[in-house]
This record gives sequence, structure tokens and C-alpha cells, in this order.
Amino acid sequence: MKPKYLPLTATLVIFLLGYVICVAQYPNMLSTRVIGNLLTDNAFLGIAAVGMTFVILSGGIDLSIGSVIAFTGVFLAVVLEHTSLHPLIAFALVLAIATLFGAAMGAVIHYLEMPAFIVTLAGMFLARGMAFVLSIDSIPIKHPFYATLKGLYFKLPGGGRITLIGGLMLLVFAAGILIAHRTRFGTNVYALGGGTATSRLMGVPVAATTIRIYALSGLLAGLSGIVFSLYTSAGYSLAAVGVELDAITAVVIGGTLLTGGSGFVAGTLVGILIQGLIQTYITFDGSLSSWWTKILIGLLLFAFILLQKGIILVSRHRQQRA
Amino acid sequence: MTSFLRLYFNRLLPQLIALGIIVVAVSLVFPGFLNLQIQNGRLYGSLVDILNRGAPVVLLAIGMTVVIATKGIDLSVGAVMAICGATAAAAITSGHSLAATLLITLGVGILCGLWNGVLVAVLDIQPIIATLVLMVAGRGIAQLVTEGAILTFNDPGLIFIGSGSFAGLPMPVVIWLVFGTLVAMLVRRTALGMLIEAVGINRQASTLSGVLTPVLLIVAYVLSGLCAAIAGIIAAADIRGADANNAGLWLELDAILAVVVGGTSLLGGRFSIAASVLGAIIIQAINTGILLSGFPPEFNLIIKAAIIVFILVLQSPRFRTAFAFLVPARGASKPSERAAK
Repeated sequence: MKPKYLPLTATLVIFLLGYVICVAQYPNMLSTRVIGNLLTDNAFLGIAAVGMTFVILSGGIDLSIGSVIAFTGVFLAVVLEHTSLHPLIAFALVLAIATLFGAAMGAVIHYLEMPAFIVTLAGMFLARGMAFVLSIDSIPIKHPFYATLKGLYFKLPGGGRITLIGGLMLLVFAAGILIAHRTRFGTNVYALGGGTATSRLMGVPVAATTIRIYALSGLLAGLSGIVFSLYTSAGYSLAAVGVELDAITAVVIGGTLLTGGSGFVAGTLVGILIQGLIQTYITFDGSLSSWWTKILIGLLLFAFILLQKGIILVSRHRQQRA
Repeated sequence: MTSFLRLYFNRLLPQLIALGIIVVAVSLVFPGFLNLQIQNGRLYGSLVDILNRGAPVVLLAIGMTVVIATKGIDLSVGAVMAICGATAAAAITSGHSLAATLLITLGVGILCGLWNGVLVAVLDIQPIIATLVLMVAGRGIAQLVTEGAILTFNDPGLIFIGSGSFAGLPMPVVIWLVFGTLVAMLVRRTALGMLIEAVGINRQASTLSGVLTPVLLIVAYVLSGLCAAIAGIIAAADIRGADANNAGLWLELDAILAVVVGGTSLLGGRFSIAASVLGAIIIQAINTGILLSGFPPEFNLIIKAAIIVFILVLQSPRFRTAFAFLVPARGASKPSERAAK
């Protein structure tokens, strides 16, 4: 097997092993109901993590997505409460704002030659600040269209449901996989992650690609915000704090190299599902405390970083011998 | 010696001007801002309050400066604060003496720093990722120590660290003044500071020229862990309890911001601890100022974001080349930054 598939395979094996252990202990976890809920509960995180995968593949990082999710939710709640705009128009508006916001961060990163970390940190403060300015209260969304959207689902055999937002996450992952592996933009992202200087020499349009990567991350964070507002039926400026860290963790557990240039969008999906599985297990168990989630995820993160280091060492060793 | 002082002053000038502008602006809106009074042998007033409230971020910024100077970053300091606060509360409530509690807590902080340092220096993992592990797991560990509850304590000695006073100043201020001076003397009166800068500018070149790079990197992260431990003790002593969920939450971002406001480049290399301390005070002055002057606190984050963007533009290599003729005095620091790129 090629070494580049090793982290992805390891993630998949760990997920399946974990699931088998869970089912052995609680046979009820094998139901489609649990799987459906796993998708619905992690939908917003998954959609945001697809954007994060592209950013990390290019060697960058985006700390602003949690704040953008909160801003989107508050914006939707305020717009739907004070105007008679249809939610679909509000969705389009907020997606446009989030995309422009991401593009602006990409432009600052490229043209001012500043580290993505600090630029998106400013973006994080700005987006949450805007959400605070719009409203500091938790505003419920009672639009009938929301109820319609929440009522849409695809029934699985065994009583499970793939809700609209769960299905949307799967669609976004499918689109992400296509973009990463079947378009020129995707190839450029991988090239950029391999090194800015080399990709420039190869003729990759560095400025346009960087801006598009962060615009895509902004767009998906906005979409994730819409899904989050559907999931909670409310907009709150303190919501979704720290989602960017969960997303980064999912990307790393999913086998993407944090230095950029190597990884798979599909791995991120498994990374999300592993985090969801740990949480579901703790809920099923009932006696384990919630802090074990954090410790377990931290340990998994560490294990995957070590695995990646090991793979790099081994492949370098092979190259030297060859 | 005078030329040394002048150089030092020049380096801190932008931060001093910024702090001055903020203090003047706030005192125009809120006239009582500059008032200082002595009650029960202790200074009171908004200015002292800023120094006191800013103590945790100032301490974190001291360690963060050294880490950032090595071209690293430490995301775990907030979580380490929570772990150390929880450790201190657990140790004191289980009957250990104050001295033992402090030693155990500082030891735990050093251990956390050692873990980060080994990941970065020995396993050669990117600093953001290496410290992310402890950032994610750290709060879980802190909750494990406190068993999910807020552990409260009544030990007068430990509480004194958070709310007592020494020589008229609140104890947290005394602690960061003494600790900051010690660290600054240590790195600037010995070759340590220069070696750290060398590692940050070009790790490979410093290793080749005989610098013990791994040891220096580990020392930087251990110092950061130690700073987080002290900040954690202060934060816990201040509320007389350890809150594993909220102690030090997002303070790592404030600490990084303080270092950036202080003018130390995230690309590593030249650093100034005094400037980072001023940066942390500036951030706290903005927070307190917004509250006092009656602005809605909602604008706090937007103002912070605007300040970061402004400083980013000033620090940007491209902006500097374009406007180099405006700031001839700062040209001296440019080659080192170019080398870092």
C-alpha cells in the first residue's frame, strides 16, 4: 500500500474497531437511528471541517469559523425577526457575506505576507464582535419555513432518519472530495501545501488560489452557520465557541498532514464520526464523565501526529535507500 | 549605558504612545480614571485595577514571548492554567501546606511545558499542533482533577496571592513585576536571549553553529508552562476556587495578541519581554476603558480586531519595504526579519 493512504486507512480501522467495541457492549448502537443521529448532530461541524481541510491542505489555518457560524446564526435570527425577507434570500445574503469575509482574510494573508494564524485570529474577533453588535441575546427563530425544513428527512430501514442537515453534510463532503481530486483548483491547493515557492515556479496562481481557499472556508462556515441555526432554531452570539478546534482536530485525526500538501477530505468525515462516536459512547454509558471525551480526543490527536511522523520517517528512509 | 537606555526606550516607544493615547482618551470620557487613593495601606484606582486584572495575561505573555521568539507558539497555556488552578485547589484542600501546594503546582506547570517542549524539540512536531494536544486534553485533565465541580478553598495564604497586597500594590502586580524582571534579566544579562533569537531566525543554522537547539526549545516551553502555572494560581486564588471550565479560557489568544501588540514578530527572532508586558497592559486598558467609558462591551472584540489589523499592516514585510523611507530608524531590524522568511 502506498504510504499516503496509511493515515486514512488507520483512521478508518480505528473508527470501525471503535464501533465494534461499542456494539459489543451496547448492541443497540448498531441501529440506523444511532447512525442517523450521528450524522445530524455533527452536521454543522462536518460542513465547517470540509472548509478547514482545504485550508490545512494548503498549509494554512482558519481560526475564524466558529465565530462565523455564530455571526451567521445571529444575522439570520435578526433578519428573520425584523424583516419579511424569505429565509432563502437571507441564506443567500449571509453566504455572500461569509464568502467575502473569507476572501478578504485570504487577500490579507497573501498580500501582507502575514501568518494565517494571526490574520484569522483577527477575523475570529471581528466576526464574533459583529455578532455581539447585532444582538447579545439568544433570539429564537420561529419562521414557518424553518419548521418545514426541519420536517424533511429520508427514512432509513430500522427507524433511523437522515435529516436534511445530515444529508447536506454528506453532499458537502461529496462535493469536497470532487473539488479536491478532480479540479484544477484542488490540485493547486495540494501544490500550495507542498510549498509556496515551488508552486509559484510551477505556475500555480498563488494569489487567486489563496483567496479562493479562504473564501471557500468562509462559504462553508456560513453554510455550517445556517445548518447550526436550523439545528438549534436560534441565533446566539456566544454559540459555537471553539468549533474551529474541533474541526482542526477532526482534520488531523482524519489523516491530513498539518504541514499541508497531503491528506483526504474523506478522512475528515471519518475524523468527525470518531469524535461523534466517542460522545455517543459516553452518552450510552451514562456513568463516564464528559471530560473523558476531551482527554480521549487529545490522546487520539497525539497518536495520529505520532503516526504521521512515523510514516514520514519511513518514507524518507526508503527514498534514501532507493 | 545611556545609549543602551535610549535604544531600549526607542524600542518601547510605539507601545508607550499607544498606552498613553488610550489612557488620555479614557480619562477624557471618564474623569475619575486617573484617580489614585491609599486605603488601609494599599493603592486603589482604575490604573491599579488594570495592572491587577491584567496579571494573568501579563504572565502568560512573558512565557509566550520567549516561545514565539523561537518561531513557535504555545496554544496550551489557557488549559495549563486550568490544570494548575485545579492542582492548587486540590492540593490545599487535601491538607498540604501552602509551600508544598505551590511547589506541586509549579511542578505540574513545568511538567506541562516539558511535554510541549519534548514534542516540539525532540519529536520535531509543528508547535501549533504539538501544543494543540494539551489544549484539547488539558481542560479534560483539569476537570478530572476537580471531578467536574468548582473546588473552593479557604486557605488564607493561598487567597493572599490573589487578593492580598505588598508594599501598597496588589499581590498579583508584585508577582508579575518581580517575575518579569527576573526573566528579562536572565535572558538579557546572559547570552540566553541572543541564542533564543538565533534559534527563531534559523534553527538549522544555529544547530550547525553549535547552539544546543533542543535544550533551548524545551527551556522556552518550560518557561511558558511555569508562567501559566503562576497565572493559574493567581486566577484560582482570586476567585477562591478552581473552575476547570472557565479558568484561562481563551487567554492563550490574548497572550499571543499581547506579544503581537508588543511588536515581536510571529516569524520568530527579535523579542522584547518589556514590550509584550506593555502589550498585555494595553489590551487590559482597552477592556477596562471600554467598560468605564460606558461604551457597549459588544464593541470590545471589534476594537481588538481593528487593532490587530492595524499592527499587522505595520509589521507586514511588504508594507515596510514600500514605506521604508518613512521609518529609517527601524531599518536595522529588517534584515533579520527577511532572513526569517
